[in-house]
Amino acid sequence: MNLNRRGLLATGAALGLGASSLARPSLAQGAPLKIGMITTLSGAGGYIGQDIRDAFQLAMEMEGGKLGGTPVQLLVEDDGFRPGQGKQVAERFMKNERVRLLTGIIFSNILGAVVGDVLDAGGIYVSPNASPSNLAGRECHKNFWSVAWQNDSLHESAGQLANNLGQKKMFILAPNYQAGRDALTGFKRLYKGQVAGEVYTRLDQTDYAAEMAQIRAAAPDGVYQFHPGGLGITFLRQYVQAGLLANIPMTLASPSMDATTLSAVGDAAVGINLTSQWNSDLDVPASKRFVAAFQAKYNRIPTFYAQQSFDTALAIGAALKGTGGKVDDTETFYRAMKPASFESTRGKFSFGANNHPVQDWWAIRVENVAGKPALVTKDRVLTDHGDVYAAQCKF
Amino acid sequence: MALLLEQLLNGVQLGVTLFLLAAGLTLVFGIMGVINLAHGSLYMVGAYAAAVAASSTGSAVVALLAGLAAAAAVGMVVEYAVLRRLYARDHLDQVLATFGLILFFNEGMVLLFGRQPLFVNVPEALRGTVRVLPGVDYPIYRLAIIAVGLLVALGLYVLIQRTRVGMLVRAGATHREMVRALGVDVRLLYTLVFGLGAFLAGLAGVMTGPILSVQVGMGEQILILTFVVVVIGGIGSVRGALFGAVLVGLVDTVLRAYVPGLLRQVMEGSEADALGAGLASMGVYLLMALVLLVKPRGLFPAHA
Repeated sequence: MNLNRRGLLATGAALGLGASSLARPSLAQGAPLKIGMITTLSGAGGYIGQDIRDAFQLAMEMEGGKLGGTPVQLLVEDDGFRPGQGKQVAERFMKNERVRLLTGIIFSNILGAVVGDVLDAGGIYVSPNASPSNLAGRECHKNFWSVAWQNDSLHESAGQLANNLGQKKMFILAPNYQAGRDALTGFKRLYKGQVAGEVYTRLDQTDYAAEMAQIRAAAPDGVYQFHPGGLGITFLRQYVQAGLLANIPMTLASPSMDATTLSAVGDAAVGINLTSQWNSDLDVPASKRFVAAFQAKYNRIPTFYAQQSFDTALAIGAALKGTGGKVDDTETFYRAMKPASFESTRGKFSFGANNHPVQDWWAIRVENVAGKPALVTKDRVLTDHGDVYAAQCKF
Repeated sequence: MALLLEQLLNGVQLGVTLFLLAAGLTLVFGIMGVINLAHGSLYMVGAYAAAVAASSTGSAVVALLAGLAAAAAVGMVVEYAVLRRLYARDHLDQVLATFGLILFFNEGMVLLFGRQPLFVNVPEALRGTVRVLPGVDYPIYRLAIIAVGLLVALGLYVLIQRTRVGMLVRAGATHREMVRALGVDVRLLYTLVFGLGAFLAGLAGVMTGPILSVQVGMGEQILILTFVVVVIGGIGSVRGALFGAVLVGLVDTVLRAYVPGLLRQVMEGSEADALGAGLASMGVYLLMALVLLVKPRGLFPAHA
């Protein structure tokens, strides 16, 4: 009797579990998991947001509207390049749409306005781009992930490249915001030469004539500048117009020279050296598939922003596979995300202790390929490179 | 010394660009009494039309003509369709309506050309730099902008001071009813003046296109500075617009170039640049406040 009752209970429990596990997929099919994407679709950085959005959607499409087997719905909103607007969109996503997984932000200042609210509300943020230093070090968070790089790494690799190129005296410039200050700090960390001048421009600046005059007067061996998106295009064009590129070479990190920048600047960019964690010509099978699919769908060469967003989607997919499509239990999500068990388009990829990437960096040169300027990968600059803040990070 | 000269040239170049915008704005406000916030949109229209024409034909001349024609035409259509109804209304209505126009034009440009900025090449003949003094190389294109700006200033002076249309414009600015009573078609005159303002804004847009990127919202970035110029120069005065614009251009550029450097002697780099940029932006408004303190109606008041 006793045994029987226990048996009955066990059967009932098993049935209950079975029923609930049967019910879950049908529920999931009815309502796909919502992922909130806040990105910059207007202004000079607009093309970056477009690439971030398009690549993420491409990854979903290649899996038939799913990521890691879970049907997902991507909600995309423009932050208008304004931190306040980004914050409002995030609130709307979390309150009205019950979104718990967010991504998409490009600029560190906008991320700074958004990410605190998301993490405080128990949400998860996976960054396809912005990764300011504070979030990699003391203020690191278990639910904040960067699939791009830590801001400094970009610039450390450029500093190393400047050493390799024998540039002894550099003039360095960046916009005056978190990522810009990270940029120059990162550059100086590995650069061994002398800094001839250090200038912070305004983030909304469009005319760099005053800076061109200062560079000319300082007569350095090279210029390192970090101006993402349209800012960089404008900067580079004015640099060419001022007749400086012919005399003072530029060494860059990828945000100042991507496929879009290159097509806007054209032949004048030939000879510029830069570093990146990825390039469209990388000999990695996953990358080749991605580039081909992106070009077939959107008829343009993906920028590294697109690649980062594509990898972000893959990383989220790998985590969702591990959690069975759920994001409410952040501890389970953390354990599923951490091994980075997806086939990254950059080849080697892993998460460091602070949820930021550990990866290789490549030297890239703008060369004439079949009569058109193209980004050509040269050799490795840094291997398995993480960031200096990981040591300060304690979850 | 070479650096200072280059910065001064930069200031003058910014100044004449501001002048082209401010001249139109001040004419429209001075003569028609309309506050037109959408003036920057006409600048954007000119820049976009030129960028599209340049990329499809490859000709700088076609691009110039397209930019000017588009800005002037859109300007006159806007005057005919919208502003005409606002002359009798108060300034708040005008601000509201023309602010609506800004949103309309920005969204229109997004629909037509997308959010990605367009880039225009400097015309072949104006590429490269020229040695203006020993040790000072300056982009030919920026020198060309200065030259065009000064020529336009001269042209406007002749138009306004020496021609019959100019006489009506001047008279219309001060004695609107009298001009109307003398049998002049004031409505047509207004449309023409607005078209001229739009044309000048378009010219500024066409010329800045190759330096900056052509993007949605580019008009608003420069509009505030343009209003400062109009206030400093004196509302309704084209001469004031010229001197005000060059003054603002010089002050803005020189402050931006030198204040951060001075502050760097006493504080850290990024802080010095942040404070410097802030002080430099404030400098222009400080200048405006000083001018208004001494001459409340601007440097060259039109209705004196």
